[in-house]
Amino acid sequence: MKLLFNIAWTHVSARVRQTLVGMAGVAMGVGFTIMMAGLMQGSQIDFLRQLVDTMPHITVDDERRSVPTQPAEREYAAVQMAEIANVGKRPGIKYPESVMSSLGSWIPGEVAPSVKTTAIIDHGGARIGITLTGIDPRREVHVSKLASQMREGKLDDLSRAPNGILVGEALAEKLGVKTGNTVLLVGGQGIQLNSTVAGLFRSGLKRVDESQIYSLAGTAQVMMGQSGVVNQLRLRLNDPMSAQKVAAQVEAQTGYKSVSWQEANADLLSTFTVRDFIVLTVMGAMLLTSSFATYNIISTITHEKRQDIAIMKSLGMREYAVRRIFIIESIIIGVVGILFGWILGYLLCYGWSKITIFNPLTGTTVPLQIYYSAMHYVVAGGISLLCCAGAAYFPARKATRVHPVDIIRGAS
Amino acid sequence: MTEVALQAVELVRRIEGVVSHTLVNGIDLAVNKGEFVAITGPSGSGKSSLLYLLGLLDAPSEGEIMICGQPTSKLSETERADVRLTKCGFVFQFHFLLPEFTSLDNVLLPMRAAGRMTEGEMRERGLALLGSLGLGEHANKRPNQLSGGQRQRVAIARALANRPEIIVADEPTGALDTASTEQVFSILRDIADQGQTVVVVTHDPALAARADRRIHIVDGKIAEITGRDGGELVCEMGS
Ligand SMILES: Nc1ncnc2c1ncn2[C@@H]1O[C@H](COP(=O)(O)OP(=O)(O)O)[C@@H](O)[C@H]1O
Ligand SMILES: [Mg+2]
Repeated sequence: MKLLFNIAWTHVSARVRQTLVGMAGVAMGVGFTIMMAGLMQGSQIDFLRQLVDTMPHITVDDERRSVPTQPAEREYAAVQMAEIANVGKRPGIKYPESVMSSLGSWIPGEVAPSVKTTAIIDHGGARIGITLTGIDPRREVHVSKLASQMREGKLDDLSRAPNGILVGEALAEKLGVKTGNTVLLVGGQGIQLNSTVAGLFRSGLKRVDESQIYSLAGTAQVMMGQSGVVNQLRLRLNDPMSAQKVAAQVEAQTGYKSVSWQEANADLLSTFTVRDFIVLTVMGAMLLTSSFATYNIISTITHEKRQDIAIMKSLGMREYAVRRIFIIESIIIGVVGILFGWILGYLLCYGWSKITIFNPLTGTTVPLQIYYSAMHYVVAGGISLLCCAGAAYFPARKATRVHPVDIIRGAS
Repeated sequence: MTEVALQAVELVRRIEGVVSHTLVNGIDLAVNKGEFVAITGPSGSGKSSLLYLLGLLDAPSEGEIMICGQPTSKLSETERADVRLTKCGFVFQFHFLLPEFTSLDNVLLPMRAAGRMTEGEMRERGLALLGSLGLGEHANKRPNQLSGGQRQRVAIARALANRPEIIVADEPTGALDTASTEQVFSILRDIADQGQTVVVVTHDPALAARADRRIHIVDGKIAEITGRDGGELVCEMGS
């Protein structure tokens, strides 16, 4: 093996420039792959974290996934009933307190009630449709990060101000309101309510910050004209990733539609899948092309060393041993290239992390999130090494298959 | 009682193609251990082809080659390589040294490939071989720093590295001046005198005269075999 390495070394060290080009190719491929992986996973993890922090992990609504069959449908197969539900009034969750205490006994997390309705917020002529969620501040702290997302005021301030509401910063900016201002809320039933902005929050998710306001449960019930109704339970789990499983169990137990955060964001998550696929394809292609220069070098060397190959075989070196020389050469190029690629990749990631960028999902300017993972380095290096070995294998196999007699006859 | 080092039985080598060609056409030959055999013949008569077969570099179309009594026709390509490595030493008209390696490293190559000695033993033997061929002070020079004769002697040292039973040389002096030619032939003669078997292809009748036996080939067949003294041993003129 040492002999093969020595021969390989004489070949590559005699071609410094070509070898450096080969190494540079590998380094670029590996470096940029690491950068892309870090950026992609960084933004993704950052986004998921915001999603998981901001959204309830599971929401239980006062709906059923399938409308119960109507008596007429059972009698006559041809009859189909539509629009049965009473659109005006929400039924609400029956006996919400007992449902909550029963859920609270087994779910690995916390549960809090809320009253969700839609309204129009009116301030100085600006009218914007919003979602109003009535909460219980004491229990809310267990199921959302709202308390920590407050920029001005506290959750408790809701009960201090008359009809207090918490408004997203982005929405407040649109409306031009500040803490302490009074706005008009108009509900679906035409109910109007003067309420006071008790605080501002910023979740980081644009669509929440622009269209979500919070009030006490009682205030929301007044807006709906249904006192005492609770139409949504929100769950926060210790392990957000178990949400889908737990949601299914909750739905089975309560009969109410339980939506995990994954289901609620299925469209977003599926765009991630598409993006992952595209990026992985590009990374694979980059790693593959990064070994092209190596292929070129090995092809050249095997061609120039035809005579040496013939003589080594004639002296009695086995074909695969001779072949291995060229694979060792590409591994030398690959390993050095990968080491430089790792450094390059790290520097690129570091460089990107210094850049702040406007994130349209959150509507804020933040530094790019880079995910640093040893796995990126190992996988990029491993694939690159395989590509290099492959790039050497084929020209080496072709060159070492040659019959020594053919070369020796030609040379003498 | 002489021991047969190399034996060819009804050896045939054919090239199949659009026009088939018979390079070696039924050769029977036995070379004793320590014997020095010269193969002569006109250009294109199949001398090299025969030598490649005898050195297991090429496989016969028909017939059998036995090295130290062992048949070789059933061996795989890898096994043939192993036999070449340890039992056959090659010297060609062109030296075929690895250009990046020093004389010593070139001589060490077959030993390293065989891996049967320690690095120290190999170096010792390599230096001794180079020394015995008058190349002591050229051990660390590369082929392009050596003269043609010196290179050919390094090639001989490399052929001897693994103490092969048989040395086959194809016109080893074909590209050398008279002085170097003389030197190379004395070396080959010495090798045979020390008990290794040498088969040499040559065009030079004066050199062939120094062999124990001369085998004259015409059209891939043995035309004549003569002993050292010039006496005719066998005569089977072509059919
Ligand atoms: N691969 C081949 N295909 C066709 N003819 C060949 C091939 N190799 C050698 N020959 C021919 O076979 C003959 C014998 O070649 P060779 O053994 O080299 O002769 P010598 O060494 O005696 O000059 C020559 O005429 C040569 O041109
Ligand atoms: Mg010839």
